[in-house]
Amino acid sequence: MQRIVLFLYSIRAFILFVGLELIAVWMILNYNSRQGAVFLNSSGQLTGSILHTRDNLLEYFYLGGINEALIEKNARLLKRLENLSPAGDTTYFELDSVFAHKFDFWSAKVINNSLHLRQNYLTLSKGRRQGIREGMGVFNEQGVIGRVTGVSTNFAKVISLLHTDLLISSKIKRGGVIASTRWDGVDSKKAKLLYVPRHVEVEVGDTVVTSGFNATFPEGIHIGIIDEVNEGEETNYLDITLEFTTDFSKLSYVYLVENSMRLELDSLNSETNILPNDGQ
Amino acid sequence: MTGSNLFRLGVSFIMYLIIQVFVLKDLVLFGDAFCFLYVYAILLVPLEIKTVPLMLLGFLMGLVMDVFYDTPGMHAAGTVLLAFLRNPWIKVNTPRGGYDDNVPPTLLNMGLAWSTAYTLPLVLIHHTCFFYIDFMGTSFSHSLVIRILSSVLFTYVLAAIVQLLFYTKKKGI
Repeated sequence: MQRIVLFLYSIRAFILFVGLELIAVWMILNYNSRQGAVFLNSSGQLTGSILHTRDNLLEYFYLGGINEALIEKNARLLKRLENLSPAGDTTYFELDSVFAHKFDFWSAKVINNSLHLRQNYLTLSKGRRQGIREGMGVFNEQGVIGRVTGVSTNFAKVISLLHTDLLISSKIKRGGVIASTRWDGVDSKKAKLLYVPRHVEVEVGDTVVTSGFNATFPEGIHIGIIDEVNEGEETNYLDITLEFTTDFSKLSYVYLVENSMRLELDSLNSETNILPNDGQ
Repeated sequence: MTGSNLFRLGVSFIMYLIIQVFVLKDLVLFGDAFCFLYVYAILLVPLEIKTVPLMLLGFLMGLVMDVFYDTPGMHAAGTVLLAFLRNPWIKVNTPRGGYDDNVPPTLLNMGLAWSTAYTLPLVLIHHTCFFYIDFMGTSFSHSLVIRILSSVLFTYVLAAIVQLLFYTKKKGI
């Protein structure tokens, strides 16, 4: 018995090594499961506030660009408002706002962002206390950014579109063909457009937007512009590369969107066994 | 190991953490060359530190990095491996006449040739471990090799500059 103990003591470094590596591997494997979403990551209370301080310092260097983006967004919204306001000489019924109201919007600031790894996440400066919930879509004036996966009291973690597991239900604006966008991990400016059948005519320069078929995003938010169309190896689908309209290296302020009818839509889908085509 | 040495060690670890999180985290040259300077915090502790406390330190360091990089366990796996291999590798590299006790194995103390032979393979192992885990599940390609090699080079060069500027000879920091 004593010899066993002595032997174990003599290889204690190796035992500790194996133990620590197993913990690390366990963490790697568990991270993408949803229940572990706010366990030990950048949206924790302490790390969140450190990142927030850091971002406050760095923000001054980007103020010019941030202002420009806000002005651009404002201008676009003004134009839409103009179109929406009823003209004086036509009949106009105001619908009950309960039926018309479908999407809620929030704003938040990005305080942590990565784009060079294969699995990239963002951290936002708002959390549960400010009304952010899991499953909300994240976008800015340029296009889609990602989806909220974890929320703590004051911070939220977002799975970036630059994550090889995230599928976004999308469609080609011209013609309305439904497809899915997924990043292939190679270039942070480009992604693949999946499941476009071969008979569809696709041209370089076509715009790809969100389809609005799943409950995360409203219809028509920009994702990218088609950059390359190939026959590809698969027999049924085209091999399409698109270029993001969003510049992921310069994210500052973003918008969050929640479908207020999401619960109803999800329960209907699960009752009828229809899976929304982006999986989660 | 005296109290003041321990204090110095703690300060250097915290400095490396701050620099890594605040400055080097967003510094990626050409989209490929990362700089994980913080591994030198583990490489440059005095030689007399045993493997077990070193691994615990490395694991802690890796965890903190993981929290800020949102890469759970990836940095920790790399740094634990690095800490485990450090002391045996130092033993292999023993120069004629042996080592002085309680001297940090920095560039100035040990010379360029020894320092390169000591740090470069260990940094390579750490980076390979990290990027291999990162690429798992997606297609492997030559970009993995480019990424590892360019990152090793970047980390090594920056660490050499840091050691020349901020470390003094024979005395720790």
